[in-house]
Formats: sequence, structure tokens, C-alpha cells
Amino acid sequence: MSEPLLVVRDLVKKFPYGSKGLFSKPEGHLHAVDGVSFELERGRSLGLVGESGCGKSTTARCVIGLQPATSGSIRFDGVELTGLRSEGWKPLRRRMQMIFQDPYASLNPRMTVGSILSEPLELHTTKKPRDRRLKTLELLDAVGLNPRHINRYPHEFSGGQRQRVGIARALALEPELIICDEPVSALDVSIQSQVLNLLKDLQQRFDLAYLFIAHDLAVVRHLCDRIAVMYLGRVAEIADRDELYARPQHPYTRALLSAIPVPDPVLERARRRIVLTGDVPSPTHPPTGCTFHPRCQEMTKEVELPCTTIVPHLEEVADSTTCRTACHLRARESAGTGAAAGTSR
Amino acid sequence: MAVLDVRHLNVRFETHQGTVEAVRDVSFSIEEGETLGIVGESGSGKSVTSLAIMGLVPSPPGVVTAESIHFEGEDISKLSQKQLRRIRGGRMSMIFQDPMTSLNPLITVERQLSEVLETHEGITRRAARTRCAKALGDVGIPSPEERLDAYPHELSGGMRQRVMIAMGLLCNPKVLIADEPTTALDVTIQAQILELMQRLQKDHGTAIILITHDLGVVAGMSDKVQVMYAGRVVERAAALPLFQRPLHPYTEGLLTSIPTLTGDPNERLSSIDGQPPDLAHLPPGCSFEPRCAWRVDRCTTEAPELGELDGFGGRASACHERARLAARGTIASGEEETR
Repeated sequence: MSEPLLVVRDLVKKFPYGSKGLFSKPEGHLHAVDGVSFELERGRSLGLVGESGCGKSTTARCVIGLQPATSGSIRFDGVELTGLRSEGWKPLRRRMQMIFQDPYASLNPRMTVGSILSEPLELHTTKKPRDRRLKTLELLDAVGLNPRHINRYPHEFSGGQRQRVGIARALALEPELIICDEPVSALDVSIQSQVLNLLKDLQQRFDLAYLFIAHDLAVVRHLCDRIAVMYLGRVAEIADRDELYARPQHPYTRALLSAIPVPDPVLERARRRIVLTGDVPSPTHPPTGCTFHPRCQEMTKEVELPCTTIVPHLEEVADSTTCRTACHLRARESAGTGAAAGTSR
Repeated sequence: MAVLDVRHLNVRFETHQGTVEAVRDVSFSIEEGETLGIVGESGSGKSVTSLAIMGLVPSPPGVVTAESIHFEGEDISKLSQKQLRRIRGGRMSMIFQDPMTSLNPLITVERQLSEVLETHEGITRRAARTRCAKALGDVGIPSPEERLDAYPHELSGGMRQRVMIAMGLLCNPKVLIADEPTTALDVTIQAQILELMQRLQKDHGTAIILITHDLGVVAGMSDKVQVMYAGRVVERAAALPLFQRPLHPYTEGLLTSIPTLTGDPNERLSSIDGQPPDLAHLPPGCSFEPRCAWRVDRCTTEAPELGELDGFGGRASACHERARLAARGTIASGEEETR
């Protein structure tokens, strides 16, 4: 089979910090993204989930070229994107588009919806004005907006409708990949599900691949086939959807899942919640070894594990075909079941 | 006796676009040690309700009217700002949504905290310092003595929200209004803060008004819930029955439309069609009517009152079709209700 649509290998993005003046050296580098790898097939969706500062948005911005990667490889349909010059980017831009989080900030308030939607057509296609207008009307219809509102300005729409305009803009050039950066987190609850359903419908209709950035595991569950959980710039666990929710492997994924409040008082009050202690550590001074170890609830002192000294790598989990996780504990369990079956746990 | 009892609260804003009725005829009461969850989307009036109780609605353009707001037996709806200031932050306090903007960035944590004690208890700053350090320790801030000298920007979001909570609880308030206290925080930090609020409530018997859009948070925290839509209370119930059998189409829509960790992920999410109404141009009848699947003719002309339902233990719903909704619920769950 051919290569997946998007292949990211060992992506690293460092930001310098603490520079005192224009020419002085920075104090150090913040590893916003530190060796992230994943693949995304055509027409599928991958969720990147994590808390603020885990590097999920930076990963997305590197993929779409809004920020240059420090090192690593990003291949889109066989083309290496890192180090690509602007001429090289132009034909690719129309094939990958982005939907932003804030529908209030991502639309130009001085442009009508019609001109917002026809601008990409103007730049990337040779369509005549008449055809552009027809296409614009088609797009409005596709995202469930009234085509008669083509001459309205963004402020005349509600948040949910504005996000639909943002989605229509991303669809204008018939892309193959859409990067969705928290597309529903700024919307009201009753509007979120409308937009999620719309994204799902559009995916089927236009065979879109989504790279879906979110902090909410419940939202991702309805849209993504495969999910990567990130923590401090690294992937802690990546697995197919059903696997991840049924048998989360990494202690962080487990804590994250248990922290989501369930809208059912009986379940919610009966639930034993894993409450992590402490905050997410600063990415400028990440903990040694496994970056999650200071908050890890499963790390045991009595067993000799290198949690505090050696960085764990993503490894297969013994009884799972789709899951890979970066945890010394799981790695040892897998080795145990593989080598000496029957040794007690 | 209820520690806070609000009767017929109305808030409107006079704007260039016309009069916006942000809160319409809201009444509720809350007992000591109880948690009332107020749920609604943006523009539903949940935050304005709490600001109005605290006397914090800017006027003009805001106009607050209420039959009465009894706090510990005293009607505070007619008090002057000066008199209110004695209560605010002392016996009744508030935690705001955004800990990034609601702390003063220019003064240290200690100054912000001790200000509360100086105002309400008139104690010296030195004496205040020990109290402040203890308060920070109580909300789970490590090495509180050192943290007192920190500025807000030196703290993480979760820590700042803890400082806000510590500030809100310094004078052992009777009522704590928490306006989206965890919305700006990550889920693992949210879990910590919610647990903290529950523990502190148990220790001090504080009544909490929890304002949020997150039904999951409400489910875990509240004893009773009131759902707001377009400035009105559309449903009021104890937490358990509300989630099990919503008696207003909006509540039901909200509950079924949230993505969960338990439902079938391949199924389409059910959703409420349409958009929330423009508060300056509300429909003449029920505000929810344009989005409602249960609407009947009179919904377009006649606004439903919040009315109690027989046989539902004081539950109330503002829907013309509440009897039909209730009857359906009874059949579905197979219980026999006295009618």
C-alpha cells in the first residue's frame, strides 16, 4: 500500500527563551514538541489530545507550515515539508487547510462572508468571478448556512454560524487534509454537537482527513479513529479509539479519562477519581526521565524502574495491536507476559 | 431557614440596539451547606444573576429590580453600595472564571489577600499575614509562606484559581458564588479544584452557587439545579431527578447533545437545531420555541410560566407541554407516579 497521507517522524520544535537583549544568547531552549511521530491515512481522523502546553497546537502549526520545525520529518503525500521554500508550499497549501479555535478572531471583520470564501478561490484557482460566486453559494449550503447571507459580515452571525463560515473557508479549495485546532471548544454546548456532526458529514462527503486538536477526550471520541495523547511535548500513548477508551495504558491517559466529569449524578458520585497532584511542570525545566513521573499515581517506589532517570519510548503493548505507549511500567509488564508467561503480577 | 433567598429578580440593559432583558423573573433560595448549580449557555443570564445579587451590575446601562433578596434574613436588594461593600467579600463572596484577569497583577498575593481581612475584620497586616498563609495552605498551595510574596504572573493557572478560592473563603462566607470556577483550567486541575471546593464546603458549611455550562461538573457537585435559557429559569429540580428525567425540552436537548465517554461513538450526536436567540429581539412566546421539537400553537404567542408539577416533589418547568413530557418520562421508566 502507498504511504499514508501524512507521516510525521521525530518532530522537534524548540523555542529559545530568556534572551536578555537582541544579540545576547538565549538562556535555553523550550522543547514545545520533543520527538513526536504519527501517521494519518486519507479520509481518516487522528486526534491530538492533551492539556495546555503539551505541544498539540505547535505540532499542528508545524505540519501546516505556520512554524518551521527544528528537526524531524513531515511528509505530506510523499513530499517532505520541512525545509520547503514558499514556491514549494504554494501547490500544497490548497491541499491542506486549517480551522481555528476562535471563530471571533479568525474571520476578517471587514470582509463579507462572500469575499472571505472567494478569496482562496481567487488566489489558488483560475475560476471566473461568476463561478467563484456559484462555488461560494455551494459552500454556504454545504455547511448549513443560508446562501442568502452571502453579503453579511461576520459580526452578524452567532459563534456557531461563524465557525461554519470558518469551515466553509477551509473547504473552498477541496483540500485532502484539514487541521482542526479546537474547533468546538469556544462554542456553546448546544452548538458543539451541531458542528461536530457537520464535521463528520463533511468528512464522509469529501473524503477528508482530519488532524483534530482538542483538550477534551469526550469530544475527540466522536470524531477520531485514532488518538494520540500528548504530555509535555511527547506522545504518551497512541491507540485506536475503542482501544484507548476501553483499555487506556498510560497512567496519564487513565487520569485524564477519570478527570472528565460525567453528566450523570449517580455515576459521577460513585466514580473513583484519580486526582493528579501538582501542576503540569514547566516545559523550560522538564522533569528528568519520564516527564510525567512527578505526578504519576502508578509509579511505585519498591520496584526498581528507571522512571526518574530514563525517558521512556513509545513501545507496543503486549495484548494490543493498535496501542503504543511510553511508560516503563507497561513496558515491563509486556516484557513479563511475553518472556515468562505465568509469572505473577 | 434559607441563607439566601432571591425573589423575582430582573435585570435589563438599556443599549443602542434596544432593551436587553438579561434576567427575567428569577427566584431561588439556598440553604446552609447546600450547592445550587445554575446551568446555561452564554447569554442565558446565569452570570448576570450572580452579579446582580452582589450588586455588581454596572448602572447605567444595567437596571436591577427585585422584589427582595434576603441574605441571612436581611433584605440586601435595597442596600446602598457602601452598605453592600461590608457584605461583599466577607459574608458573601465570589470566585470569578478567569484567574488570569481577576487578580491584580501589580500587587503580591499577600496584599490581595490581606486587603480582604483589613476591610472586613480590621486587623493589622502582620496578623493578617499568618491568616493568609494558613488560607493558602488550606487550598493546597505548597510552601504558602513563600507564595505570599509572589505576584500573580509567577503562579500557574491552577495556583491562581486556588488563590482566588482562598481569597473568597478568607472570612468564612455564608454564601460563595463560583462563576465558572474551573472553565479556564485543564481537566486534571479542574478535578483538583472541584475536590477542594467540596472539602471546604464540608468543613465550613458554606452554601455554594455554582454557575457553569458544564453539566458534568453540575452532576458531581450540586444538590439542586436550575437551568436557564435566554434570561429565564426553564427548569428547577434536585440534581438526581433532573438528569434522570428532564422535564423541559431544552434541558433534555442539552443532556443528549453532549459528547460523552459512554455513548456509542459511531452514532450521530443529537443536537438542538438553530441558534440561541438574540436577547434584544426575543420571540413573543416561549424563547425556546424556534428550536423546540415539542412546540404547540400557543408556544408562539404565550410565554410559559415556571410551574410546579404535581407528583414530582416540587420540580418546576417552564413549558406548556410539561405534563406531556412528564407523562412520557413516567412510561419510559416504568414507574407509577401519583398524578
